[in-house]
Amino acid sequence: MKLSVEALNSYYGPAHILFDVALDVGDGEVVALLGRNGAGKSTTFRSIVGLVAQRSGRIVFEGRDVSDQPTHAIASRGLGYVPEERRIFTDLTVDENLEVGRQPARPNAPQWTREKLFSLFPNLAEMRGRTGGRMSGGEQQMLTIARTLMGNPSLVLLDEPSEGLAPRIVEQMVEAILTMKREGLSIMVSEQNLHFTRLICDRAYIIERGRICFSGTMSDLDARPDIRDAHLAL
Amino acid sequence: MAFYVVQFLTGLASAASLFLVASGLSIIFGVTRIVNFAHGAFYMLGAYAAYTLTERLSGAFGFWAGILGAALIVAAVGVLVEMILLRRIYHVPELFQLLATFGLTLMVEDLVVLIWGPSDLLGRRAPGFKGAVDFFGQNIPTYDLFLIVLGPIVLAALWLMFQRTRWGVLVRAATQDRDMVAALGVNQKWLFTSVFALGVFLAAFGGALQIPRDAVNHAMDLRIIVDVFVVVVIGGLGSIVGAFVAAVLVSELNAFGILIFPKISIILVFLVMAVVLIVRPWGLFGKPEAAARRTPGLTLNPWRPLTTQERMLALAGLILALAVPLVAGNYALTVGSEIAIFVIFAASLHFLMSVGGLASFGHAAYFGLGAYGVAFLAKLAGLPMLLCLLLGPLLGVLGAAVFGFFAVQLSGVYFAMLTLAFAQIVWSVAFQWVELTGGDNGILGVWPEKWAASPSHFYCLSIGIAALAVAALRVLVFSPFGFALRANRDSPLRSEAVGIDGKRIQWTAFVIAGGIAGVAGALFAYLKGSVFPDSLGISLSVDALVMVLLGGVDTVSGAVVGAIIYKALSIWLVSQTDLSKLVLGGVIILIVVAFPKGVVGVLETIRNRRRSHSKDSSLLRSQIESAE
Repeated sequence: MKLSVEALNSYYGPAHILFDVALDVGDGEVVALLGRNGAGKSTTFRSIVGLVAQRSGRIVFEGRDVSDQPTHAIASRGLGYVPEERRIFTDLTVDENLEVGRQPARPNAPQWTREKLFSLFPNLAEMRGRTGGRMSGGEQQMLTIARTLMGNPSLVLLDEPSEGLAPRIVEQMVEAILTMKREGLSIMVSEQNLHFTRLICDRAYIIERGRICFSGTMSDLDARPDIRDAHLAL
Repeated sequence: MAFYVVQFLTGLASAASLFLVASGLSIIFGVTRIVNFAHGAFYMLGAYAAYTLTERLSGAFGFWAGILGAALIVAAVGVLVEMILLRRIYHVPELFQLLATFGLTLMVEDLVVLIWGPSDLLGRRAPGFKGAVDFFGQNIPTYDLFLIVLGPIVLAALWLMFQRTRWGVLVRAATQDRDMVAALGVNQKWLFTSVFALGVFLAAFGGALQIPRDAVNHAMDLRIIVDVFVVVVIGGLGSIVGAFVAAVLVSELNAFGILIFPKISIILVFLVMAVVLIVRPWGLFGKPEAAARRTPGLTLNPWRPLTTQERMLALAGLILALAVPLVAGNYALTVGSEIAIFVIFAASLHFLMSVGGLASFGHAAYFGLGAYGVAFLAKLAGLPMLLCLLLGPLLGVLGAAVFGFFAVQLSGVYFAMLTLAFAQIVWSVAFQWVELTGGDNGILGVWPEKWAASPSHFYCLSIGIAALAVAALRVLVFSPFGFALRANRDSPLRSEAVGIDGKRIQWTAFVIAGGIAGVAGALFAYLKGSVFPDSLGISLSVDALVMVLLGGVDTVSGAVVGAIIYKALSIWLVSQTDLSKLVLGGVIILIVVAFPKGVVGVLETIRNRRRSHSKDSSLLRSQIESAE
């Protein structure tokens, strides 16, 4: 098991956001976390990487309990996180953004070099000297994924990678994620777009109001249109 | 013509040290978001350490090794400070950070006197740079030429460091988004420590380089920090190039200002700063700040007017205070009057800070202006006391109206730095304009008239005015004006959207606070019978801040309690020890680290906790504390 989360509860100030969330990701698996806006997808990811200060529960990554670890320690163990808001360093160039993400190679994870990443996202190769603030949304989305891959993670949490992107860019994104999967990377991707999910994922969780309300393979989900209609906007 | 060129070069030479210190401050702020008030103290420590080292180590090598060694030693001290103190306060509101680092400054001032003594120390001349170059009959010291070259070299070195090294890339990334840098696996703790070390190194280096030019003394920290604040406000916090350009600009303005207004050259710098702030509030090379972190005002205990019972209690307290003359002697009554005056002063700052969300670091300016206003009216115009008490504070109102107009254009640390710089400008005008203010000798013989002359009468007068002032401010808090002010404090955008003109309301609050501080100053002038530039000084401004903090910044009238405790304690302390700054600095740091809610805040929390036994609300409270 790559990642296993048990009884995760999170709070923003007085507000209780996540209720006993439990999920896991196997080695080399691509798992979807589906849910509407505000269902708790981003908070789940942020809690796993330690960016939500008030949380409780057990988060086991590669057999180690990381629930008490600070964010940077979790990340340097090889748990990569790509935030929904992208959070490109807008003052830094593409090359410099990648440099921030750079970490030594890991034995149990695919290795990425700048050249390999530029072949994965060809658009980036043409703008290595451009600052992040002068890139389009799609380019920023690619850069933020490439930046996280520079850390040679063994698991990546992708928060809504297709959000707000043009259909042509979404196709590129699907290709890129499938390549990442072929390289042996474990991926958890949060999505609202069921079509996009179907193209890349093996299994799915559905989260609603901070609670996991469905867990199963993609075909399990297709067999239950009632659940799909109740919890996902189409 | 040659004279002007030499004057220009002297300006450039002064700019070098100023740039070093200012760039250090800017770099530290860029990453940690802390405006390091103690930066002046590190500059001073650098100078003292360099003095000692260059005295011990002989020869040219010894001199330069001493300069570098001093900067490195002080940088190591900076690392300790970062690890022990700053790591605890990265998440507290910026006001607390400014205060804690100011507390550090106070401690260093006393420690320096303890170690090196109170007198000025003259350092060695730099070997190889002892002479002067003749320029059309004017002498230019070669050391000045060395400094002129050094400035751009340091600028280039810093630029390379930030642009060309992995460390620089990480620092620039952290400047923009600390969480994301952590999520990419970078341990920020050491990034912060290294940045702080570099900043302190630059400050200490700047101080060490000053010793061949200037005597080393224990007041150089405050002098430089005001200049540095002006430089970073003009150049833009966080920008190294901005620090360089502004350091040159300010130094040249000083160099030539001396020729135009020999007495009050600082006016010229002030004018330039005002223009920059109007055109580019975030400085020449700075960037507009994203919504500032909320300073005080996260009110955990909701504000409400006093209940009838509490009003009776307050009234009883007032009557009790008025009964004190029946039992107390003259000395106690004089102390009592002073405490009452500081209650007014602290309450006025508290209004600006807690209700307005504007933490002024130069509130003493308006206190002092009120005092000078009274002194002018009483001594020069010979007006009767009551009239003086009514009209004197108008000088404070006027000052607050002028400075406040510029200050409220900014917020957060910029506001704090700007108010401090304004206060320092008023102070130096009072200090230097000897014809009008008597300079350091002050204005003497401002005594109250017979009806108020006896300590008990004056005490009752002070208590009465203090009660009126506090009551008036409380009424304001719960008036529509107060609501608008709080709305603007908590959410400038939303309050603007419902039609509140935030800047105008803040300006009004600034003027009200300045006016009431002026009232306190006016009384103070009569209490002491004299007015000195000290009553405009930084230390008085900080006293007021500590009173507010001690009382509790998130309360409605905590400053009253804070002022009473603080003033009584400090009067007692000064009678007990020579190291009052050391103790005071320690107390400030202690309050910030261990006790940030203040006395009244803690009492309210305890009371509320007793009231609601439910587990939920106490959970809620502890969560809010650990958030931010």
